[in-house]
Amino acid sequence: MEVNAEARRILAVSISKLYASRTQRGGLRLHRSLLVSLVMRSARDIYHASRESEAPGAPTPQEPMDSSPSSEEQKQLPPQEAEPAQTEPQCALSPAPQTAVEAEECACDSEITEDKENMSPAARQSRKRRSKASAAPDFLPSKRARLEPGEERYAAPLGSCRVGASCITSCLFPHNSACCASL
Amino acid sequence: MGEDTDTTPALNHRGFLPDHNYVTEADIISTVEFNHTGELLATGDKGGRVVIFQREPESKTEPFAQGEYNVYSTFQSHEPEFDYLKSLEIEEKINKIRWLPQQNAAHFLLSTNDKTIKLWKVSERDKRPEGYNLKDEEGRIKDISTVTSLQVPVLKPMDLMVEVSPRRVFANAHTYHVNSISVNSDYETYMSADDLRINLWHLDITDRSFNIVDIKPTNMEDLTEVITAAEFHPHHCNLFVYSSSKGTLRLCDMREAALCDKHSKLFEEPEDPSARSFFSEIISSVSDVKFSHSGRYLLTRDYLTAKVWDLNMESKPLETYQVHDYLRSKLCSLYENDCIFDKFECAWNGTDSVIMTGAYNNFFRMFDRNTKRDVTLEASRESSKPRAVLKPRRVCAAGGKRRKDDISVDSLDFTKKILHTAWHPTENIIAIAATNNLYIFQDKLNNEMH
Repeated sequence: MEVNAEARRILAVSISKLYASRTQRGGLRLHRSLLVSLVMRSARDIYHASRESEAPGAPTPQEPMDSSPSSEEQKQLPPQEAEPAQTEPQCALSPAPQTAVEAEECACDSEITEDKENMSPAARQSRKRRSKASAAPDFLPSKRARLEPGEERYAAPLGSCRVGASCITSCLFPHNSACCASL
Repeated sequence: MGEDTDTTPALNHRGFLPDHNYVTEADIISTVEFNHTGELLATGDKGGRVVIFQREPESKTEPFAQGEYNVYSTFQSHEPEFDYLKSLEIEEKINKIRWLPQQNAAHFLLSTNDKTIKLWKVSERDKRPEGYNLKDEEGRIKDISTVTSLQVPVLKPMDLMVEVSPRRVFANAHTYHVNSISVNSDYETYMSADDLRINLWHLDITDRSFNIVDIKPTNMEDLTEVITAAEFHPHHCNLFVYSSSKGTLRLCDMREAALCDKHSKLFEEPEDPSARSFFSEIISSVSDVKFSHSGRYLLTRDYLTAKVWDLNMESKPLETYQVHDYLRSKLCSLYENDCIFDKFECAWNGTDSVIMTGAYNNFFRMFDRNTKRDVTLEASRESSKPRAVLKPRRVCAAGGKRRKDDISVDSLDFTKKILHTAWHPTENIIAIAATNNLYIFQDKLNNEMH
């Protein structure tokens, strides 16, 4: 579907722009970052809207941390409200994965955790959030426990780990034999 | 309009060999501004330098040299700095220059980079004292025993020297990047605007400024818009306007409250739902706002249009001019190559009857508000020999009828963009910055404004 493909491409381009802007001279440009994140939100909304209309029935359930796009349909927690746009750049501000496709799936995965936040705001812990204006270091190690060999990683409980870190671990290590990503 | 425009030779900003194809990034002009009489024209570049041009006075012996602009002074305004706390480099690029109205023999201008505003004094020295008692002509101390009589030093004429000195440095007031400065009509205060805040300064006081607008949300995650430009009203020292990335303008009155977060007037055009696309927000972001000389109207520029607003009508603009609507179908590629983030400026002519703004391919556009006619002109070496008359250009949209000499949208050069233009305050003289070159065009036939 054309709109779908274009939305994916725009998402990928946007994430790479956000990533590149962090290293440019003069520091993070707030206006530009805001515009890019708005485009990403539009593209993401259209992408999900087109996917919902395209495949209303859920395919067979997959591993929770499987980074394939169909997994997100499994995670359709009711109801899907308008997600705050800021989780997108937050995900993107983590070190960008190798390919654009992975980056785009990272954006999809953030859906899962951010829905959980919307469901019970009371349970949401106040985590340290990256703001657009601060150049927060992204090399901070993930707070997730290191897996023993043979252990499996389960779906993250409510508000337990940072969106960005969980995105990256799931994107980079789709099979659950990952150890925590010390970036 | 139909006037013939006359060109002066393209003034290469740095005086280097003009035929180099590459452009040093430091030479890219980042701002252009005439002073209040139009006698002086200042340009700032990415390397932090300011070059001031002065108009040659009319001379009967050389009628063609009349009105040409020549370099008057060059100085380094800002240097690159490093913010150690945030590990950020602060660019030396001059974002804006604003002249102060002249009050004595010297000229004053404000120049700003992303963080620091400086007040510069530009003065001439054409006399120097000669005949000191204790020093000789070269400045060496004289042997006292050779001094037999006292003399009073006299002022003798010397070659004109233009001296520039920094008189004030207004620093450490902005967390975000400064995008505008504007001198108030009271000639005592000025404001500086960054992405989220606007500060009011007194020209004589550098260690204090007053915050008059603050749109920073408590939680930065809730950020939805930023300030893109701000300007004081030309006559009412209590009024100013600022534009936002959402395409709105806010007129604020400083008499209402110390913090002008609440606007007096909000100018916003409702969005056309049929024109919605991924990039609607980006192209509605206002890149420049200018009051008309009369103070009655506002001129704004967003990515594809220029709009004239009446201060008395907040619901929609008075006039909308399509600058390059043929780009509307190309927004995706313009997003990928970053051109969609280009911030074009706009300008009024002295009588507020014509507006001007830049475009791509070194084209710039002028719209006559009365006759509704518009023209596209090109600022390039090939088409602008001295004394040549500029030929109007035309861009034909894809699929449109193509005439001879038309340029097709696909062959436009998007690296050649005219972001900065300025119009002489009283005459039909315009300054166009095309990357690292400055073009000055004069309308010799119709030099009086209509």
